[in-house]
Amino acid sequence: MADPQVTKSIAIQPYPWWSRLPYWRGSMVLLAAFLGLPLLTILGFSLQPAGDVWRHLQETVLAEYVRNSLLLALGVGAGTLVIGVCAAWLTSLCEFPGRRFMQWALLLPLAMPAYIIAYTYCGMLDFSGPVQTALREAFSWSNGGYWFPQLRSLGGAIAMLSLVLYPYVYMLARAAFLEQSVCVLEVSRTLGRGPWRSFFSVALPLARPAVVVGVSLVLMETLADYGTVKYFGLSTFTTGIFRTWFGHGDAAAAAQLSAVMMVFVFLLIMLERVSRRQAAYHHTSGRYKALPRYRLAGMRAALALAACLLPIALGFVIPAGQLLVWAAGTVAMLDASFLDLVLNSLMLAGIASGLTSIMALFLAYSRRANGSRLLNGALHVASLGYAIPGTVIAVGVMIPFAWLDNTLDAWLRQNFGISSGLLLSGTLASLLFAYVVRFVAIALHSVEAGLGKIRPSMDEAARSLGKRPWEVLSLVHVPVISSTLLSAGLLVFVDVLKELPATLVLRPFNFNTLAVRAFELASDERLMDSASAAIAIVAVAILPVIILSRSISRARPGHDAPT
Amino acid sequence: MTPQLELRHLAIGFADRLILSDIGLVLRKGQIGCLIGPSASGKTTLLRTIAGFETPLSGQVLIHGRVVSRPDWCLAPERRQVGMVFQDFALFPNLTVEGNIAFGLRGDQRIHERVLGLLKLIGLTEVASVYPHELSGGQQQRVALARAIAPRPEILLLDEPFSSIDPEFREQLAREVQNILRQEGITAMFVTHNQYEAFLLADEIGVIGEGRLLQWDSGYNLYHRPVNRFVANFIGRGVFLSGRVIDGQSIETALGVVRGPIPNGCKGGCLVDLLVRPDDVVTGPDGGTKARVVDKVFQGPTFEYTLALEDGPKLLCIAPSHLDYRIDESLRIRLDAKHLIVFPKEPPFVTLSHPPDVR
Repeated sequence: MADPQVTKSIAIQPYPWWSRLPYWRGSMVLLAAFLGLPLLTILGFSLQPAGDVWRHLQETVLAEYVRNSLLLALGVGAGTLVIGVCAAWLTSLCEFPGRRFMQWALLLPLAMPAYIIAYTYCGMLDFSGPVQTALREAFSWSNGGYWFPQLRSLGGAIAMLSLVLYPYVYMLARAAFLEQSVCVLEVSRTLGRGPWRSFFSVALPLARPAVVVGVSLVLMETLADYGTVKYFGLSTFTTGIFRTWFGHGDAAAAAQLSAVMMVFVFLLIMLERVSRRQAAYHHTSGRYKALPRYRLAGMRAALALAACLLPIALGFVIPAGQLLVWAAGTVAMLDASFLDLVLNSLMLAGIASGLTSIMALFLAYSRRANGSRLLNGALHVASLGYAIPGTVIAVGVMIPFAWLDNTLDAWLRQNFGISSGLLLSGTLASLLFAYVVRFVAIALHSVEAGLGKIRPSMDEAARSLGKRPWEVLSLVHVPVISSTLLSAGLLVFVDVLKELPATLVLRPFNFNTLAVRAFELASDERLMDSASAAIAIVAVAILPVIILSRSISRARPGHDAPT
Repeated sequence: MTPQLELRHLAIGFADRLILSDIGLVLRKGQIGCLIGPSASGKTTLLRTIAGFETPLSGQVLIHGRVVSRPDWCLAPERRQVGMVFQDFALFPNLTVEGNIAFGLRGDQRIHERVLGLLKLIGLTEVASVYPHELSGGQQQRVALARAIAPRPEILLLDEPFSSIDPEFREQLAREVQNILRQEGITAMFVTHNQYEAFLLADEIGVIGEGRLLQWDSGYNLYHRPVNRFVANFIGRGVFLSGRVIDGQSIETALGVVRGPIPNGCKGGCLVDLLVRPDDVVTGPDGGTKARVVDKVFQGPTFEYTLALEDGPKLLCIAPSHLDYRIDESLRIRLDAKHLIVFPKEPPFVTLSHPPDVR
């Protein structure tokens, strides 16, 4: 019966051959654990006895760090909540002229890094800036003889961060409103509640878990922010970690400060996870009907339009316009060094996004093929990176890498009399590693969503239609995965381009990127000179926003978003 | 003629759990077969074994006379020429309707003709270049069917093909599918838990329960000649009426003495259960047994009455809807059945607490 066409093993293997290599599972677990290294380093330091610098910190500035960080978080949370939920409610449940445009334009501030909007507004609202100059001329005020709000304050930082972070709340709240079955709203109406009471007693509570997820993401970003608070001269955790590391040169104290900060981050992660689970329960119905929107007309439509236009204008149009004006004024001074910046940034972002996407692909496939508990656990730790501030990751990368370098160097000197120098720390390797740690969760999330679209029955359908396993991979998996892999790569690319604190700490000596240069020039009050770097970042950062907004306007509940 | 599909003493399951054993059936070319049974009875696993996605524990699967599955080796699914329509349709989201249908075809420009022909057959020529997510459930179903029959498989398997279709379109779609299968001369086997779908579509129906294929027969025979209590209960509706065997031919029941086949060769005195279908009970002005109307449901052409006999037992009765009795009205009924279905009083089947050893 030696039929050559007969294969012994017919158990369907929807997974590529490499996922069945020996040691494959083990190495995937190791990879995931490796990505958790910075976090584990920080946690390890939190268990160590406190040094002098730490005691000094504790006695003097720690309370201020905590107070400022918490006030900032509270303010930004409240600000994004109000802007995000109002905008989501208006664009998803009301109908007014310009609604369709607003519903994607409201995402635009996502392209504006917080430190860039902060110093742009500082420049505009400065004593010598266009706004105060115009006011003085218009009302012939004397210099210094009037009160003008001080942007460089806690309130100012709250405003800046709220303006660029509200889209997180907006996106999730909008999706939650649209996913609600119109039936539950109608049930509420038939039970005698008016549209307003129905909104507050049904729609809003149902959307609450999603809104909380959005706010917790906002708070993670707020805690992670370094550029804005540094520029405004506020003492928070992130600036404190920097100061401890570079000012006092105490890595252990910086790590311990990071550990304290991680307590808050972990609280946020818990909040997010719990709310995501609730959001799944709050999914009310599988049957959807297009929501009948409340038609607004006249004054009310104008008010709704203004309410949506305001965050778009303040969060994107005005600062982007100002940056363009500045950049136009200095375009003649651009030279080869600017080209270097662009090339550095693109190269770094390109390599980082490539690495991250490939790792995410491997990890996602491994989880799907044989998701052991160990791998799941390791992946959970590895994908916490999105919540960890770049400053903390930088500390968590720097410490073990420096130790590795020093150990290797000492060993080589002792045994061979040669010096290896710095192989990992102070080179691009550590920076790339930090990027992968910070952003692998984003890529993993997209890739797993893409893999989820390939149901096991599709593999079987392809097999029963006469395709061999490798053909199933190339004809079904690759085409479906590639689009999500591309978008995952793009998201990571842009995030790396915008990333500031980790880059500041980990970049090799004299290696500059657009983000670093823009921030340094702005810190030196050379706002005009920094504008071209800033506008380059914003221009690239708009790409994923456009993709996101396209899928937002095309995807309707009850239908999958086009692949 | 060589049967298109033959299962011989097939046992399936997993290492630690036997699901089905001793399955044997034959499907001839052009026939439509159906496997029916309660949920989780192993119907789908049986279908997947035929497709080559599962290995049998013992026994053989033969397609067109050739052994394709044995416990020690199996032909890979892609070499069996078995088409399959999945419950979730499993259309490839990255391909258009046309691309999906052409997926299993190899060769030259004939592909286009074949796809066009199939699109015409399923009546979806206008959506050829549309992606699956833009189609309705019924349209997706037809595309999945066209995709599966495009390579002209030896046998087509359908796993609960209509379960995700709105009930009001199910019958219509089932008829369309039947037409398509007959036109293409396709041998098909499908799985359902809905007996009316099975009656509508299938030439041969297999009832699966208690870990076995209990009966492989026509729909008529399943209804009128169920081999055991399980099949009798599962197919159609009815009520078991207690009786006592008088002699080798007649049974005494609450409806009087009836004649029927006596199980276990009982000569007299045994207690039995008589299956009374709602359409076996006839109401009449006189004669027969006295019964009282307990409940009635209007069904359009008929009424379904629940009747209580004087000494307690209740029966179902289907009567033309011009016979409109009141609740609590007393009437006379008698049994009008061509052949009686009688089982011993005690359930004759033993639950499979000790599954037969398959190794």
